[in-house]
Amino acid sequence: MTDFFFSHLLSLLIVVPLLGAAGLFIVPRERIAALRLFTLAATTLNFILSLPLFIHFDNHSGDFQFIEQYDWIPSIGASFHLGVDGISLLMVMLTTLLMPLVILSSWTSIVHRVKEYMIVFLLLETAMIGVFVSLDLLLFYVFWEAMLIPMYFIIGVWGGERRLYAAIKFFLFTMFGGVLMLVGILVLYFMHSQTAGVATFSYSTLNQMIIGRQAQLWLFLAFGLAFAIKVPMVPFHTWLPDAHVEAPTGGSVILAGVLLKMGTYGFLRFCLPLFPHAAARLAPLIGLAAVIGILYGALVSWVQPDLKKLVAYSSVSHLGFVMLGLFSFNVQAQQGAVIQMVNHGLSTGALFLLVGMIYERRHTRQIADFGGLASVMPAFSTLFLIVTLSSIGLPGLNGFIGEFLILLGAFQAKPYLAVPATLGVVLSAVYMLTMYQRVHFGKRTHEENNHLADLTLREKLVLLPLLLFCFWIGLFPGTLLHKTEASVQKILTTMEVKQTTLLDRTERISPAQPAYVVNEE
Amino acid sequence: MFDTIWALPALPLLGVLLNLLTGRRSGNLAGLIASSSVGLAFIISLKLFYDLLQLPAAQRLIEKNLYTWIAAGTLRVEIGMQLDPLSVIMILVVTGISFLIHLYAIGYMHGDPGYNRFFIYLNLFVFAMLILVTANNFLMMFIGWEGVGLCSYLLIGFWFEDPVNATAGRKAFIVNRIGDFGFLLALFLLFVTFGSLDFTDVFNQASVRFSPGDGVITAIALLLFVGAAGKSAQIPLYIWLPDAMAGPTPVSALIHAATMVTAGVYMVARAHLLYTLAPLALTIVACVGLATALLSATIGLTQFDIKRVLAYSTVSQLGYMFLGLGVGAFGAAIFHLMTHAFFKALLFLGAGSVMHAMSNQTDMRLMGGLKNKMPITYGTMVIGTLAITGFPGFSGFFSKDEILWQSYAGWNGRPLFWLLGALAAGLTAFYMFRLIFMTFHGKLRLQSEAVHAIHESPKIITIPLVMLAILSVVGGYVGVPALLGGSHRIEQFLHPVFQQSEQLSHGLKTGKPSLHAHSTEWLLMLTVFLITLISLYLAYQFYIKKTDLPDRLVKKISSLYTLVYNKYLIDEAYEAAIVRPLLKTSESFLWRIVDNRLIDGLVNTVGAGIAACGRALAVLQTGSVQHYALWFVLGAVVLLGAWLF
Repeated sequence: MTDFFFSHLLSLLIVVPLLGAAGLFIVPRERIAALRLFTLAATTLNFILSLPLFIHFDNHSGDFQFIEQYDWIPSIGASFHLGVDGISLLMVMLTTLLMPLVILSSWTSIVHRVKEYMIVFLLLETAMIGVFVSLDLLLFYVFWEAMLIPMYFIIGVWGGERRLYAAIKFFLFTMFGGVLMLVGILVLYFMHSQTAGVATFSYSTLNQMIIGRQAQLWLFLAFGLAFAIKVPMVPFHTWLPDAHVEAPTGGSVILAGVLLKMGTYGFLRFCLPLFPHAAARLAPLIGLAAVIGILYGALVSWVQPDLKKLVAYSSVSHLGFVMLGLFSFNVQAQQGAVIQMVNHGLSTGALFLLVGMIYERRHTRQIADFGGLASVMPAFSTLFLIVTLSSIGLPGLNGFIGEFLILLGAFQAKPYLAVPATLGVVLSAVYMLTMYQRVHFGKRTHEENNHLADLTLREKLVLLPLLLFCFWIGLFPGTLLHKTEASVQKILTTMEVKQTTLLDRTERISPAQPAYVVNEE
Repeated sequence: MFDTIWALPALPLLGVLLNLLTGRRSGNLAGLIASSSVGLAFIISLKLFYDLLQLPAAQRLIEKNLYTWIAAGTLRVEIGMQLDPLSVIMILVVTGISFLIHLYAIGYMHGDPGYNRFFIYLNLFVFAMLILVTANNFLMMFIGWEGVGLCSYLLIGFWFEDPVNATAGRKAFIVNRIGDFGFLLALFLLFVTFGSLDFTDVFNQASVRFSPGDGVITAIALLLFVGAAGKSAQIPLYIWLPDAMAGPTPVSALIHAATMVTAGVYMVARAHLLYTLAPLALTIVACVGLATALLSATIGLTQFDIKRVLAYSTVSQLGYMFLGLGVGAFGAAIFHLMTHAFFKALLFLGAGSVMHAMSNQTDMRLMGGLKNKMPITYGTMVIGTLAITGFPGFSGFFSKDEILWQSYAGWNGRPLFWLLGALAAGLTAFYMFRLIFMTFHGKLRLQSEAVHAIHESPKIITIPLVMLAILSVVGGYVGVPALLGGSHRIEQFLHPVFQQSEQLSHGLKTGKPSLHAHSTEWLLMLTVFLITLISLYLAYQFYIKKTDLPDRLVKKISSLYTLVYNKYLIDEAYEAAIVRPLLKTSESFLWRIVDNRLIDGLVNTVGAGIAACGRALAVLQTGSVQHYALWFVLGAVVLLGAWLF
């Protein structure tokens, strides 16, 4: 029984939200409370289901675990192939954790088309988990694109005034990248079938191919552009502030918390191990773009008059740290990057939730409309402060662990990039504390702010789990670091082995004979 | 028996949690909970001190690791504490003074709506400070380092409704972050060089693998000093400390005078071996310390706000400590750190007592003649002043004299260092007596109905004053130099900590004139005393005898005076040279032009182009999503075709 459970756990995580969405079709649309409760139950169930995944994950192995494989389109070699390593494990956990909180946070803010709202969020969860657990490139691509549709509707239907502009901009940007990625996947597929005579989309099989230098470069760019837009890396980031400003709170939380991680996850899962030579060649350039992102995002964030835009630009800065870590090619930096991906999901997710809570009360997000909130909403201000401190990397909270490991690793790899990147630590204090002061401190100058109600129990319940994890990761980062170490190490080893093999060859494309042993067993 | 060391930070943390749980309901209980948790921590510190003394001097280093905090690749960082003579002095000073200031705050903060919140922050500060001084590795120290910075931020802006306070708090945090930039880079360089961030590991390796003057050690030492300059308010990062006086006075006494701001001094002393291996860095430390001591002392001469005068004096005294460190006299610097904690806490609390009586007035121009109305405050503040000016017999005399003597005779000392240090001592004496005379002597200049109500503060305020006054006198007798028949017990106690540096520096003491005879020491000591006396006399002339003299002098050198009075316009220069250009560039260039016009402009043009094509093809499709789906399929096919053929 338990064996059956564990060997179907990943598909269960994909199917439960889907079933939830199907179940919602039956619930009449007038029964709003039932719709909400049902969705909350479904997402909570999925979170509970993901816990055994975390607990039973073998820390010592960098291989994929909980593997499932079913025939999908056998004629072209595509299969429904799932599995997690330490990196995707954390991404799945982050997704299942954020979902119920997002649903709970939209309890009172979403009153129109509640049924559809809940359905698209459940569909989105299926697609997001699918992206992280797919071990088949075609399956990955399907989930990747499938994710766009619910997100497009979330922004376009429940968004703010300029929601259509933002939704289309979001769609265009990401679609543009997606097309090139599909081309990349297909090229990889044909390359393998031509040289090895086996047509497959299997990640593990394709990952054994040693690809020639020139081809690596083009393929890296085809995949990388999609990921770079998703991250987003400067200068592909301008869709993000618009999408965030127009998206409803729940959409922003998922967008920042999970969707952006797919870009960095994609680099780590595909670009680095599949195209290590190109990655190494482009690393100085990408590292530079990452550092520019850190500083640029911080500086632009500093001058934003709109709270959501400020948080959006701060994401550009934070994700710059992640990119710098990934492209430093050592254990500390990459582990830091993975931790930072989780951290950003927690703290930026919490920031968007907090902004949403004040927006619900005041119907404005302009920083100038606030001031002095600390005396009317002490609980709100206190929680806001903790999240702010987490975001600026105060030791003892989660943000520090990620930033420190990234910078420490980057310093060993490219000190000339790590030094300016460290300035980001100063700038994050500048923009976050300036914002915090303008919102919470000083005198209340607006009559509307004088009688604001402090957080309700429901709102506190939404934030509490996030804060708990912020403290937990800050104090006991080992819990997560142990999960990711072997997987990160494995990716680095793969890169190294391929690089050395490539140096011995002159062939443009080599046969797909396993160039080295992947499994230690 | 040293397992109780965990109780040390745990107690104030428990105080935080208790007060958080009870919330505002606890009322006056909050102060009691907070004070007793720190009081207990002080008792534990005493016990730890006693236990440490029982060990032979060479074994006085105890390390306790709780668990592995961060492990990634070859990096391993423990949550670990260590106890040695240096950290034991720090915990005694921190818990002892904190306890007295907590008591004082019960009276001082009485009736404040944020009473509970105040004690939560204050306890949190003690917790972070204890982590800072007992950490056994650089990264754990950094937790405490940032933790105290956070508490400082929260407490400076404690009365957050006034934007001035909130801004001062933010300024403190950000300027400290600039220092932390250096600290972080030092951590990276330490790890790259030593593969560890553990104190014992790093120092053991450093003494074997490196010789004095090695570039990487110099770089580490200088980067660490950037951090120290931020926390301990040295040039060019001292600007936050005077503004930090916006916080409640007990905070100014505890955090911004006695304990937190000395963290930089502690850090340099802790990393003494790295500094001894980097004589250049050490000399820079001494020069920065001296320059800060002089610069801030001159500003102190001109200020009228009683707390600001004390703030500049703190900056100046910290400069003194760095001078001590910079000439290689680590023990003397720590000695001065301790005595300074006593008398500066006393002076601030005394100022608070005056403010308490004068309904929060801080302008000395409105004070005067308070000595009869507030005899205890007056008496204790005079003791504090005599201590800070280094009057013979008071605590500051012994510690300051030791630093000055070492700045002349220490292995990295120079006669010029002594001369400038003595000059700073003269300035200190002048502005401190100016403060006493303007506040307590002459006639009360405030014209108001409330004048008659001015009276001595309640016991909860005066008792800590008296206790600190006692410490300000006797605290120096742990460090009586051999010249005066003492045995300099504190330096002997610290000797095992600094031993390696002392041995190393023997080889560095080259080409020094052998003027270190007792006669020289006597001569220098008497000269400094004479300078102090002259300053005292001048202050007496200026502020008691001929009270029109200051104004006349100011008129004569008005432009110089205005410059100094406005703190050399350094804040304004930073604002104009760094902050505003950066803000302007971010706003007008990066955001409005690069982001909105350049990138988005390009995107929208492409978008419009696609939309135009789309309209042309709209005959085929109606809904916009499907529309793009079609495009993507077509595009994929075209690109795939291009690739294959």
